[in-house]
Amino acid sequence: MSLTTAPTLTPSKSNRSSLRWALSDVLTIARRNLLALVRIPTSLVFAVIQPVMFVLLFRYIFGGVIHIPGVDYVNFLIPGILVQTTIFGAVGTAIGLAEDLQRGLIERFRALPMARMAVLGGRTVADLARNVGVVIIITFVGMAVGFRPTGSFVSYIQACLLMLVFAYCISWGFAFVGLAAPNSETAQAMTFPLIFPLTFASSIFVNVPSMPGWLQPFAINQPVSQCATAVRGLMLGSPHGASTWITLAWSIGAIAILAPLATAQYRKVA
Amino acid sequence: MFRKLAAMSDYAVEALDIVRTFKDGEVRALDGVTLRVARGEVFGLLGPNGSGKTTMIRILSTILKPTSGTATVNGIDVVKHPDAVRRSIGLAGQYATVDENLTGFENLRMIGLLNHMDKSLVVKRAHELLEQFGLSDAANRTTKTYSGGMRRRLDLGAALVASPPLLFLDEPTTGLDPQSRQDLWAIIEGLVEGGVTVLLTTQYLEEADRLAKQLVVLDHGKIIAEGTSQELKTRLGNTVLSVTFANTDDASRGVELIRELSPTPAIIEGTVVDLTVDRGPAVAADVLRRLDGAGITLAGLALREPSLDDVFLNLTGHKAEDITEFLADEAPAGRRGRKART
Repeated sequence: MSLTTAPTLTPSKSNRSSLRWALSDVLTIARRNLLALVRIPTSLVFAVIQPVMFVLLFRYIFGGVIHIPGVDYVNFLIPGILVQTTIFGAVGTAIGLAEDLQRGLIERFRALPMARMAVLGGRTVADLARNVGVVIIITFVGMAVGFRPTGSFVSYIQACLLMLVFAYCISWGFAFVGLAAPNSETAQAMTFPLIFPLTFASSIFVNVPSMPGWLQPFAINQPVSQCATAVRGLMLGSPHGASTWITLAWSIGAIAILAPLATAQYRKVA
Repeated sequence: MFRKLAAMSDYAVEALDIVRTFKDGEVRALDGVTLRVARGEVFGLLGPNGSGKTTMIRILSTILKPTSGTATVNGIDVVKHPDAVRRSIGLAGQYATVDENLTGFENLRMIGLLNHMDKSLVVKRAHELLEQFGLSDAANRTTKTYSGGMRRRLDLGAALVASPPLLFLDEPTTGLDPQSRQDLWAIIEGLVEGGVTVLLTTQYLEEADRLAKQLVVLDHGKIIAEGTSQELKTRLGNTVLSVTFANTDDASRGVELIRELSPTPAIIEGTVVDLTVDRGPAVAADVLRRLDGAGITLAGLALREPSLDDVFLNLTGHKAEDITEFLADEAPAGRRGRKART
C-alpha cells in the first residue's frame, strides 16, 4: 500500500553495514557517557581525586609503618593503586547504568533502531576510556611522590594494558549489578561488598604474608592480587611468575561469563 | 525491505486483541484491546493511571512484547520485525527522557546518530527542530537547566529527528503548566498538519477533545468506549449540572424529583447530585422550579463541562482512581513510578 514515507527512512542493511552501525552506536553512547563524566563534578571527583587521595594516604600516612622487604614502599604502592583505581572505575559502570534505567533513557534507546548491545558496550567502553585517563594521571602523581618504575618502558605499557583489559572484563559484572539494582544509590551500595574484599584483601597495599593465615590463600590467589602482582612485576622489572597469564585467564573467564549475564539482565529489565 | 515486511494495511497502527500480563498473569494490564489508527489522524487513548495506556504504547513501540495478540505499525509486525518498526516511529515519553548532562543540541544529535542518519543531516535537522520549538537560545545549555515545558519540547524534538511518519506521545502534557500545555498542543497540531500520524495517551478529556479526532477510553486494560470526541460527548451529555443541597435529607428527597431530567444515572455524593444533561440552562431552570415547588432550598447550583471523572462515572460507575501501585508494576522493573514528574 501507500508506504510513501517509511521506505525512504533507512536503506536496507547488509551484515557488514550492521556491524559498522553497531560500532557507531557504541561510540555514540560512549561519547555521551564521557561528556557526562566531565560535566558531573562528583563523577570527576570519584574518578580522579579519590585515587590521588589514596596515593597521598598510603604514601605519607600509612606508608611509614608498612615495610615490604627489598623494595621502596612507594614503588610497591603505585602499581597497586593503579590496579585498585581501574577496578574502582567499575563502580561508575554500575551507577551509570542504574541511573540511565531509572531516568527512562534506556526505555528511549529501546525504541530506537540502534544496536541492542550499544548501551552496555558504550558504557563499558566509556569507562575504559576514563580508566586510560586515570592511569596516566596517577602515573604522573605517583612519580611526583617518588615512584620510580625500574622496569622498561615497554613493560610499563604492557602492565597498563593488562590492568585495563582486566578492569574492562570485570566491569561487565558491575554492569549486571547496575541493571539489577532498583536505583543508583543501591547500585553503589551493592558494589562495595564486592569491591572491598577484592581490593583490600589483596596484594595491592601490603604484602600478603603480613595477613592472618586463614586469609592468605584467598588474598594470594584471588584475581585482583594476581593482577597487582603481574602489574607490579612488569613495572618494576621484578619476577612475577605466571601472574600475567593467570590475570589474562581470569579476564577471559570473567567476560565470557559476565557479559552474557549483563546482556541477559539488560533484556530482562529494559 | 520495507515493501516485503509491510502487509497491505491502510492503517498506521492496527492492534488486534492485545493482552499483556505482568507478574505471571496476576496483573492484566491489557485485556484484549483492539484498535485501528488511520494514516494522518490523531488518535487518543484516554484513561486514568493504570488503565493500560502506557503499556499499549510500549508494545506498539517494540519496547514490550504482548502476551498475546498481534500488532502492526506502518504495516510492519511489531514482534517479528521490531527494528523496522523502530525506524518508522518516534516516541516521546511521559517522563521527558532527555539526557540531563547533554545540551539540547547534543541530545538531538545523539538520537539522530542512533537513528543512523547522516552526520551532516543530523546537525541540520537538530538546529531546525531547536528553532521550530523555540529552543535555539538554550541549544548549548545542558538540559538540567531546562524548565519542564522546555524538556517536553526537546523530548518531542528528539522523537522527530528522524522525521518518522508516526508519533507515539505518552501523556505529552502531564504535569505541565497551562501555558506550556497550550504551546505543546499548538506544536502537535502543526505536526499533524504536516501529515504526521499521532497516537497519544492522555488523562485529560480537554486534551483529547482538542487534539484527537478518534478516541478510545481504557479502563483496567479494556476498552470501555470508543468514537469521536463528539460522539462520546453526546453520549455523555454536553454539560454536567451539579446540584448542592443543604442537607442529606433534602438531597435524597430532591434527587427523586430531578433524576428523570438526566439521560444518564444521577451521581450522588453526600449532598451533591450530578446530572449529565444536553441543554444545561433549560434543565437548570426546570430543576429550580421542581425543587422550589417541593419547598427544597439549594446550597448551590453549577453547570460545568464534563471532566474525565464524569466520563468514568458514566461509563463505569466508578471513579477514575489513581492506581499508583499498579502504575509501578507497569513501569520497567517498577522504577519509573518513583521518579518525580517534571
